[in-house]
Amino acid sequence: MTEKIAYYPGCTAKSYAKYMDSTARIVMKELGIELVELDRWNCCGTVYGLADDNLYSQLAPIRNMIRTLENGFDEVVTICSMCYNTLARANDLFKSDKEKADRLNAFMYKEPDYEGNVTVLHLLDLLVKRVKFQAVKEKVTNPLKGLKIAPYYGCTLLRPREISIDENIEHPSILSELIFALGGEPVEDPYMTECCGSYLTVKDKHLVADRTNKIVGSMQKRSADIIMVSCPLCQFNLDRRQKEVKALNPAFHKVPIVYFTQLMALAMGVDYKKLGFQDHYVDPVPILKKRGLIREKKKVAAKIAK
Amino acid sequence: MARIIVANTEYKVPSNLTIMKALEYLGWRLKRGVGCRGGFCGACSTIYRMKGDHKLYTGLACATKVEDGMIIAQIPISPANKKSYNIDSLKAQPNTILELYPEVARCISCNTCTKACPQDIQVMDYVQAALRGDIAKAAELSFDCIMCGLCATRCPAEITQFNVGILARRLYGKYIAPKYKQLEKRVKEIEQGKFEDELSKLTKASKQKLVELYAARVREEVKR
Ligand code: SF4
Ligand code: SF4
Ligand code: FES
Repeated sequence: MTEKIAYYPGCTAKSYAKYMDSTARIVMKELGIELVELDRWNCCGTVYGLADDNLYSQLAPIRNMIRTLENGFDEVVTICSMCYNTLARANDLFKSDKEKADRLNAFMYKEPDYEGNVTVLHLLDLLVKRVKFQAVKEKVTNPLKGLKIAPYYGCTLLRPREISIDENIEHPSILSELIFALGGEPVEDPYMTECCGSYLTVKDKHLVADRTNKIVGSMQKRSADIIMVSCPLCQFNLDRRQKEVKALNPAFHKVPIVYFTQLMALAMGVDYKKLGFQDHYVDPVPILKKRGLIREKKKVAAKIAK
Repeated sequence: MARIIVANTEYKVPSNLTIMKALEYLGWRLKRGVGCRGGFCGACSTIYRMKGDHKLYTGLACATKVEDGMIIAQIPISPANKKSYNIDSLKAQPNTILELYPEVARCISCNTCTKACPQDIQVMDYVQAALRGDIAKAAELSFDCIMCGLCATRCPAEITQFNVGILARRLYGKYIAPKYKQLEKRVKEIEQGKFEDELSKLTKASKQKLVELYAARVREEVKR
């Protein structure tokens, strides 16, 4: 039987990162879990509000907790690391600060009172804790053999400690374990938990290009074929900013940046044309072909038939 | 009778009147803040409080009955941020609305707009749909908007929600909604003058004849 779980996609997964959303649904279905999108949801708040006296910024995430309950769930899973970070931290604040919780409820008087009884999960959490990587492994029909994959966590999956999806913040291993399960070869790099530059990309793209140069550059020195991320903003920064990196570092060559759900789908035998690679600045297809993970069976067959 | 306060002065008015009628009962001649008188044009936006109640209520003066203890102010005009665009050169893409109204990204989901809307529209939800590029949803949710402007006067993010909504509906109507083939056919027929004879017969018909024809009318089935 398929298990159902409330799913919060987030705005970016509905636009820029729509293939992160669609591949997540595909692989989870394959693993026996249906992601049920909340029928009403709003932006997570984008970044967790640190201003202690500004509760406005906590309204958006907490309202999504209320929507989760309205949909009959007490657990909500998200795929975007930024959304996960904002939702989980706001939820923690709500649970630990009664005074703020009361004030938020009073402000949102049209909604039923929230009591802090929702759990926020990242999809990776769900894979580790409930599904287990062994089950993922069993669904793999196209093992990513010979593909050197550098896991990249960035900040928002791991920091602060209270919401980290991995016990070991300094040297997390969840993504490497996933890569093993998919049959790939993890290439761990000290830069895997460094910040990509986040929203500074809007204000100062050269600063982010510099981050990209350091992060991607370091990983390519360890001969990574591809870099695996769990956040649309990390993906955007590390992928699109490679455009500007060449000017900083002539020795740089491009490395594709993909979502973990895209690689999961590929390993589970989903047609690569459905994975959204056409939307990437650095095309992952050539290296995947080179490693023999994409085979254009039909075309060859059609040519022979001709 | 109901006691109401308008422009800091207390008056007694019959309690079965709408706010608009009550103002006229008091001798005000309304030049602004009035239009259709039927809850459709959005001209008569009004805010009020009830004595002893902290809440700020909103309503349409033509569709809200006076109550004892109302403190009333009309908001005949709501200054709006309105972008000019040529709908033919826009594309219905996820970021189209954000490019014209980037302030949509400032929405903090406070829901104040929804609380203010006299049409009971889920205003926050249509702003949020616009933010994530779901034009169809934004169009659907904002469909009943009468552009009264009450949401925009209350928004802490200074968004002009109703102009976001109408842009979504224009984009939806032009680029996303399924086209009625029947409609195109009918427009062509009208242009070719197919109904002119019938129409001129109607304009010349007696009242008696018109009543007969109306009673005997046949409705066409809806076809897509
Ligand atoms: S959405 Fe705003 S402008 Fe439209 S009817 Fe509601 S309050 Fe008035
Ligand atoms: S009032 Fe403004 S900020 Fe608040 S939910 Fe509505 S659009 Fe968003
Ligand atoms: S006068 Fe038109 S809505 Fe009130």
